[in-house]
Amino acid sequence: MTVGTAVLSILVFPGFLFLVVLGLAGEFVDRRLYARLQNRQGPPWYQPVADMLKLFGKEDVVPEEADRRVFNLAPVFALAAVVAASLYIPLWGTQALLPFDGDLIVVVYLLLIPTLTFFLGGWTSSSVFATLGAMRAITQVFAYETPLLVSLLAPALLANSWSISGIAAYYSAHPWLWAVNLIGFGVALVALLGKLERVPFDIPEAETEIVAGVFTEYSGRRLAFFRLAIDCEAIVGASLVAAIFLPFGLGLAPWLGILVYLAKVLFVLAVLALLRTLFARLRIDQMIAFCWKVLAPIAFLQVLVNLIVRELI
Amino acid sequence: MAPSLLRSLFRKPATTRYPFVKWEMPDNFRARPVVHTENCIGCKMCVRNCPAAAIQIEDKGDKRFQATIDLGRCVYCGQCAFVCPKKTIELTKDFELAAFDRASLVVVYDAPPPKPAAEPQTSAEPKPAEPAPTV
Amino acid sequence: MPNKDKIVRVPIGPQHPALKEPESFMVDLQGERISSVALRLGYNHRGIEKGCEERTYVQDVYLIERVCGICSHSHSTAFVQAVEEIAGLELPRRAKYIRTLIGELERIHSHLLWLGVAGHEIGFDTLLMYTWRDRELVMDLLAELTGNRVHYAMNVIGGVKRDVALDQYARILSVVDALEERTKYYIELAMTEETLAQRLSGVGYLSKADAERLGTVGPTARASGVDRDTRRDDPYASYDELEFQVITDERCDVFGRTVVRLGELMQTYSMIRQILKQMPDGPISVKAPLRIPAGEAVGRYEAPRGEDVHYVRANGTDKPERVKVRAPTLANTQSVAKMLEDGYLADLPIVVAAIDPCFSCTDRMIGVRGAGGAKVMNWEELVQYGVRWHRERGVDLSSLKMRGDVTA
Repeated sequence: MTVGTAVLSILVFPGFLFLVVLGLAGEFVDRRLYARLQNRQGPPWYQPVADMLKLFGKEDVVPEEADRRVFNLAPVFALAAVVAASLYIPLWGTQALLPFDGDLIVVVYLLLIPTLTFFLGGWTSSSVFATLGAMRAITQVFAYETPLLVSLLAPALLANSWSISGIAAYYSAHPWLWAVNLIGFGVALVALLGKLERVPFDIPEAETEIVAGVFTEYSGRRLAFFRLAIDCEAIVGASLVAAIFLPFGLGLAPWLGILVYLAKVLFVLAVLALLRTLFARLRIDQMIAFCWKVLAPIAFLQVLVNLIVRELI
Repeated sequence: MAPSLLRSLFRKPATTRYPFVKWEMPDNFRARPVVHTENCIGCKMCVRNCPAAAIQIEDKGDKRFQATIDLGRCVYCGQCAFVCPKKTIELTKDFELAAFDRASLVVVYDAPPPKPAAEPQTSAEPKPAEPAPTV
Repeated sequence: MPNKDKIVRVPIGPQHPALKEPESFMVDLQGERISSVALRLGYNHRGIEKGCEERTYVQDVYLIERVCGICSHSHSTAFVQAVEEIAGLELPRRAKYIRTLIGELERIHSHLLWLGVAGHEIGFDTLLMYTWRDRELVMDLLAELTGNRVHYAMNVIGGVKRDVALDQYARILSVVDALEERTKYYIELAMTEETLAQRLSGVGYLSKADAERLGTVGPTARASGVDRDTRRDDPYASYDELEFQVITDERCDVFGRTVVRLGELMQTYSMIRQILKQMPDGPISVKAPLRIPAGEAVGRYEAPRGEDVHYVRANGTDKPERVKVRAPTLANTQSVAKMLEDGYLADLPIVVAAIDPCFSCTDRMIGVRGAGGAKVMNWEELVQYGVRWHRERGVDLSSLKMRGDVTA
């Protein structure tokens, strides 16, 4: 594609602007579903937009003892990494915007960057609550990252490809084989809760324990960027899981394909919202124990199953 | 717990849509006090009993009394209504009392208008009996 | 990265999302483990005991009621009982029954609120939303019976102000039936929900010996196996005519306290049904003198949080000479430091919430006699002391005008 169309695709559709719109819509869906499951009404559709606008209008305070440069750049890097990751995930075709071999690993690493920016932002905030939140954020990575990576590995092993687009193409060509990966799907969803820092794994931002964790000292524009990055991370994570574990309906006509994609993302977000409503917040040591004693073995089991299936077919 | 959560999804939300939908308090709800000054005898039991010193009674002459209630000080306990021997004070259900400045929270209940002077007896007809005073 | 031995001091409070009311817990952390907790009370002190001395008994009933929002009836009843004892008043049975009814309805309100707050502290907002939705039922009922959702203003010296009409019985029973269903659901939830058990079990351990040594009361003590309940041990109002069980538990942790409170809710439903069935006829108050003869008495009441003690000394005038309020949370706060020993920071909110703290109740004047003797300051001396203290820390308050007149 020419440079012009590439830039347009990256910035507008299906790039940055599309991702932001979808991110805000996803936040609305999550909050509305969360509320309805709790027998409440929930916010109107424009609530996330209103929140962003409100935050942009608020005073932006940098603590006196904070490291100014890191404090300012952390939110920007978070959003940039998330948008960059979205470029390599096939949404409604079997090809992403800029696919290449090995982009699965690159996407997983890009999705790690937001957590690192949370850590850095909290660490340099010079607030004891932010420091505690930063420690917890980094510790949590050691818990969920392995099950997530291994569960994403399993379908790749079966498809014999390290490119997400290649995986999508393989499963489109061999329909119904994606059903083998359902165990991994479950593990990926739970690990995604850890990456997105949602209950039961919202330990780095435990409101009742450490005020707002890494975001305690953030306000105004910078907080808006962080929140936008988190919203978009949810969409990117859901798209990644949908592309790898639900790779059907990818060859359809454009508009139909977009609808199928939106339905898949909606489904993943709905499951995440249900899990958020169902459980209490775990303690960090309980979370680590759960991830290593339950999630990781199940993920490895999925790898084993896929290796056996690969030999059989 | 998941079944009950999913059931909640299809039930009407428990959220009340106040203030877009008005909320009606039960009868006997203790909110804004109203003084029917035509019944007041000026005993000032309410003033003595009020825990917040919210009510003042002023004598306007000729057994007429004016009541002033500071809604900002009132705690809506209902003691004034309870002790009033003539049941002059009534606590209504009106609870939306927010105001932008304290002065507007002071409500004055005017004394009843003075009674007309008695007519001199000129005719031979017996005068109709004057109604008993309503204090 | 700080190494494990470095101690980080985290200020939980006075302002903190975990606390519903201001109180200061200075926590020393090693990693995620708590090594010590320093407690400071007093942020909610409003001078109510002094205010009581300036107001008549009739006015004091309402002032004492406002010590707390959730246990307002407890404070009001304990105070009124003490005054009635000094005055030697004999209450009609119906008044006692109505007091008990409102007290038990308040207990439902308080325990449901606690369940929600406990859920919120462990990140389980669904439990918060559900229990507070159910709490609306009992609050609407109390609004119909007493005229307000909190601060019921039912007590007068000598009885109660409002009667419960016969056509309100059906309404009360329907609310009790609905809430009993919901409470059974919460009991089942507590027993079966895995993440709930993980967060509540083994947390905030307080042995029976420690509970008795530190003077804990209420569900906090009963969850450690201490079998103490003022309603049974020193019956007041109409508890001597009601059948109920005192719920204790041997778990000694936060889960035990949850179980105790849920059990108490079930007992309360049964008690309310008994009250409505046995409600005697008769007057709802006796005439009380305006001037209470000299004497002193202690009123005890089993508030939802534990034993509430009010001491009143009368001197023959229409104003009390001294009123002292010992709220249950004051007795339970001492045990928080013990419960948090070697705990995790993540458990601090739920451990503090498990004693059902009501710091508005707690903050009264306490005289502490240290090694240096006691010093009593009057108002002007206190102002000067405050100005000097702040000036040493770089803040100049000497230009502030203090209102000398503190009474109404």
